[in-house]
Amino acid sequence: MQQFLAVAAQATSNSSTAAPPASPLRSRPPRREQPSIVVKEATMADEHQELTKAFSGLGGLGVEETALVSALGRWRKQPEKRSQFRQGFPGFFTPSAAGGGGTIERCSDEYVKHLKTEFSRFKNLMVLWAMHPWERDARWAHRALHKKHHPAAVLVELACTRTADELLGARRAYHALYHRSLEEDVAYRLRDKEGHLLVGLVAAYRYEGPRVSEDLAKEEATALAAAGAKPQSELVVRVLATRSKPQLRATFRMYEKISGKPLEEEFGGEAPCMREAVRCLDSPAKYFADLIVEAFKEGADKQAKAALTRVVVSRSDADMEEIKEAYLKQHGTKLVDTVAKNTHGHYRDALLAMIGK
Amino acid sequence: MATLTVPAGVPPVAEDCEQLRKAFTGWGTNEKLIIDILAHRDAAQRRAIRAAYAETYGEELLRALNDEIHGKFERAVIQWTLDPAERDAVLANEEAKKWHAGGRALVEIACTRTPAQLWAAKQAYHDRFKRSLEEDVAAHVTGEFRKLLVPLVSAYRYDGPEVNTSLAHSEAKILQDKIHDKAYGDEEIIRILTTRSKAQLLATFNSYNDQFSHPINKDLKEDPKDEYLATLRAIIRCFTCPDRYFEKIIRLAIGSIGTDENSLTRIITTRAEVDLKLIKEAYQKRNSVPLEKAVSKDTTRDYEDMLLALLGAEY
Repeated sequence: MQQFLAVAAQATSNSSTAAPPASPLRSRPPRREQPSIVVKEATMADEHQELTKAFSGLGGLGVEETALVSALGRWRKQPEKRSQFRQGFPGFFTPSAAGGGGTIERCSDEYVKHLKTEFSRFKNLMVLWAMHPWERDARWAHRALHKKHHPAAVLVELACTRTADELLGARRAYHALYHRSLEEDVAYRLRDKEGHLLVGLVAAYRYEGPRVSEDLAKEEATALAAAGAKPQSELVVRVLATRSKPQLRATFRMYEKISGKPLEEEFGGEAPCMREAVRCLDSPAKYFADLIVEAFKEGADKQAKAALTRVVVSRSDADMEEIKEAYLKQHGTKLVDTVAKNTHGHYRDALLAMIGK
Repeated sequence: MATLTVPAGVPPVAEDCEQLRKAFTGWGTNEKLIIDILAHRDAAQRRAIRAAYAETYGEELLRALNDEIHGKFERAVIQWTLDPAERDAVLANEEAKKWHAGGRALVEIACTRTPAQLWAAKQAYHDRFKRSLEEDVAAHVTGEFRKLLVPLVSAYRYDGPEVNTSLAHSEAKILQDKIHDKAYGDEEIIRILTTRSKAQLLATFNSYNDQFSHPINKDLKEDPKDEYLATLRAIIRCFTCPDRYFEKIIRLAIGSIGTDENSLTRIITTRAEVDLKLIKEAYQKRNSVPLEKAVSKDTTRDYEDMLLALLGAEY
């Protein structure tokens, strides 16, 4: 009994909706009087909160499909329950005059759009999972180039975190899907913004072996430090776009030794892609862990949230273990815990399945 | 289109290996036998011979050749015997390491091979040199040539026939604008030449001709000594008329003063299985003399015999 009261009081204060009409809740009723009414009210507020949560009204990604379906069953032939729910969820429904008197709580179009995104997170994840990785990468690249608000950082991610053969496969898939080469489109569409770097990164076919020349690393790090590591400088583009990854990591470490700070810090806001490139090449697991953090932040935008699906689906077979480690190291909590807490329904289950224990 | 002649009844691989071994052993070397065998086998057969030779005699065929024969002849035979992808990788590496402005091997490899062949060459480059081709080109080529050649060898062009005609018109105009302003190293020129597919480029050059009443190369001849412009023209010709491009290289190689054997060997060994016949026809047309005759006049002994064999001369 006590815990019902506590939860109900919580529900009243938590939901930013109008308080449920029951005033008996405000004062603590005597324990033995009218127990059934109190229980009923508490459960109602409970149900509302659960359903609001299931409809993605309390944050988190995805929708709680099972809760939604069970509400359907429970409230069958009880339209007044649904009506109360609508009244209790002003984010989704607003009262509005209907023709001929009376009011209906009408659906907010904004919220329906929001729901469309949330409902389709699971669908998107499954379709992406089923696709061939090359096709997946090609489609992401194409979207990044052709839709207005997609950041070029996605291209940097694809170009720098995939192996040489995976990147080549993605470029092949791009030919087949869009009848042009990825380099063409990147060069054409990103002419002004760090285009050189992106074309170079995307067109690279790096040597994949472990051989590293410390002398070369020293030489290039010194040259970079001397040139002031200016963004868009030809030297930086050339080094980042052609050397093998192990060689680059050696160069990055040497740079830090020589100049006292990591290379990525040299590139400020005017060269975001260059900074991303250095981070992706140096430590992809850390980069991906940071993307996941961004996805769960308060006020994250659509692209940041979509990054969660992209990272989990594309790295589940590759370096998910390293990403989990990097996440734990950076943020002190386990990735599975954060995901379980902040996502719902099938989407949550799918993510957890792909992340693994 | 190829000039390679393989005998109708090809001996089994083991016999070829044995004959080659005989050609090496004893006093001197039987160069004629080497030519008789190797110059009349296609890429797959040569690959099989190399594998069988190594297995049977515990030594690489190419190493044996390197020991037994020398000079221009050795270079021609070894280049010929390599797999096309390996050959391209070796030629590219050679040119990148000792790069000079008149070098054409990189341009040829990037522009006359199909995207799949270029990629195979890059893979072979990884295997052989433990570095990527782009790295080496970027590290050894300098100045405006680097800005042109690195993207040129990096590209993995679309290989199909789809063409966007309005884009061809607009890009022809862009090219003309930049050329008119003498901005030959402009990013737009480099972007178009190094990323567009072959079909798209041909459409663009045709549109250039239509819009401005003369071919694009005519506008790139401002300074005959400018090597950069010459490289741009070479790139364009490699796409539009590769057989005439190769004909010209051979003609200049065999030309009056001395002989540029490296270029001659390169063209003959890389095109014998591709389009050397068309190149011969272009040569005859342009010079009124068969290519075999011109080569024979300018080269001697085993080297001459090897080239003539690859040119399809009867033995």
